[in-house]
Amino acid sequence: MAIAETVRKAGGWMDQRLGLDSVREFLAHKAVPVHSATIWYYFGGITLFLFVIQVLTGILLLLYYRPTPAEAFESVQFIVTRVEFGWLVRSVHSWSANLMVLTAFIHMFSVVFLHSYRRPREVTWLSGIVLLGLALAFGFSGYLLPWNTVSYFATKVGTDVAASLPLIGPPLARFLRGGDDVGGATLTRFFGFHVAVLPGATTLVLLLHVGLIQKFGMSSPSKVEREYASRGQALPQMPFFPNFFLRELMAWYAALGVLGSLAALFPWELGTKADPFAPAPAGIRPEWYFLAPFYTLKIIPSHVLFIEGELLGLIGFTLLGVFWVALPFWAVNREGTLRTRLVTGAGVALLAYLSTFSVLGYLK
Amino acid sequence: MAQGRRGLLRWLLGGGFTASIVSFLYPAIRFMNPPAVPEAVVNEAKAGKVEDFRLKSGRIVKFGSKPVLLIRVSETEWRAYGAICTHLNCTVQYQESSHQIWCACHNGFYDLNGRVVSGPPPRPLEDYSVRIRGDEVVIARRA
Repeated sequence: MAIAETVRKAGGWMDQRLGLDSVREFLAHKAVPVHSATIWYYFGGITLFLFVIQVLTGILLLLYYRPTPAEAFESVQFIVTRVEFGWLVRSVHSWSANLMVLTAFIHMFSVVFLHSYRRPREVTWLSGIVLLGLALAFGFSGYLLPWNTVSYFATKVGTDVAASLPLIGPPLARFLRGGDDVGGATLTRFFGFHVAVLPGATTLVLLLHVGLIQKFGMSSPSKVEREYASRGQALPQMPFFPNFFLRELMAWYAALGVLGSLAALFPWELGTKADPFAPAPAGIRPEWYFLAPFYTLKIIPSHVLFIEGELLGLIGFTLLGVFWVALPFWAVNREGTLRTRLVTGAGVALLAYLSTFSVLGYLK
Repeated sequence: MAQGRRGLLRWLLGGGFTASIVSFLYPAIRFMNPPAVPEAVVNEAKAGKVEDFRLKSGRIVKFGSKPVLLIRVSETEWRAYGAICTHLNCTVQYQESSHQIWCACHNGFYDLNGRVVSGPPPRPLEDYSVRIRGDEVVIARRA
């Protein structure tokens, strides 16, 4: 009884100083639409959960990792062979990075197919695209850190793709590499991007993204909204707290189960130490989420008319990127009607391109 | 009069603020640009002893800080090319089975003259000259 009284008093003390009443009030009124596609709402939360895992395991890896060409590979080797549970921490970090990119892609395509990007959520879409770009940048910069053969060549190729951009390409590649070629300066820079610049930027954009979702609430498919409106009924909803929150927790728990199983059963390989004087090994390929552009660059001929194939590929990727980023703006016609078929078609086409070329890039 | 003073103050404050931002950003941006590190110019490098290279084999050797692919075509014939693929900067290798130079990254092939045979590389490999000095193989930059 005395304990309950103390907890109540402590709660009251905190309430007066932090204004928790308003938070409680907000949570009490927040609701989530319930319909056949509600399951897709969980993927944004799972992506956030995996990001938190990344941060926590990343902090642990920082205790041992050394970002120099002479020590990087050896320090990761030390982590996975000598440090207690080091193999697990590194494996969880690598697997959660991959799963995070996967769930971010699922989240993005669910937003496209449910048409959740529509007014007034255009900025939420844009901030989500920036977050996906940051996740890919995390993947690209983190890939180099173990300083192994595959990561060394992936970085050489990746920064050379940037170098082929007209005008800004060469200075951009020099900025990324910290010099004219991939070396110790690149490793130091990528480490700085990976542990300081990208986490800072991601936190800011994440706050904006989550803040906008709170402001506008979760979008429900217009088709479902119309169905209920035609029947004169309101769309069913469930309270965010505790109903949706507990379901989300279960989704996180399931994600943790998948992550733990993958990390324990298939520990992430370290490979061999990078050697700038060794040829690129046969069968070299990037992480799965870069396989589609990798395969595209592989099959484009050296020259198409007067343009070098590499530049043509880059122009194609840039146009595709701009087209995709601007989706909420071309998805609506001049009369303000949503072009649902066009958007769904574009989504299916992009999904087909990414999956087909990723499989081909893996197999060939 | 008051409006004029207010406008002037606004202009001065705005200008000062902008100048402060620029004065913070300019050194930061310049700091991020890596300085050019002068490298010793290498025109010639020893690749090793003649007997260390098998017939119809290739090996990457150091030419200063650059990798060069040295190929022993026959008893007396040698070829050397810059080992950086002209497509996307990967390091190429000599493929003994096809007697061609191969880039594993995007499957580019070059012939033994360094010319592109197939795949995405847009240009031939950089050509180096090879001489035998005593029992030593010497690679040199072409003039």
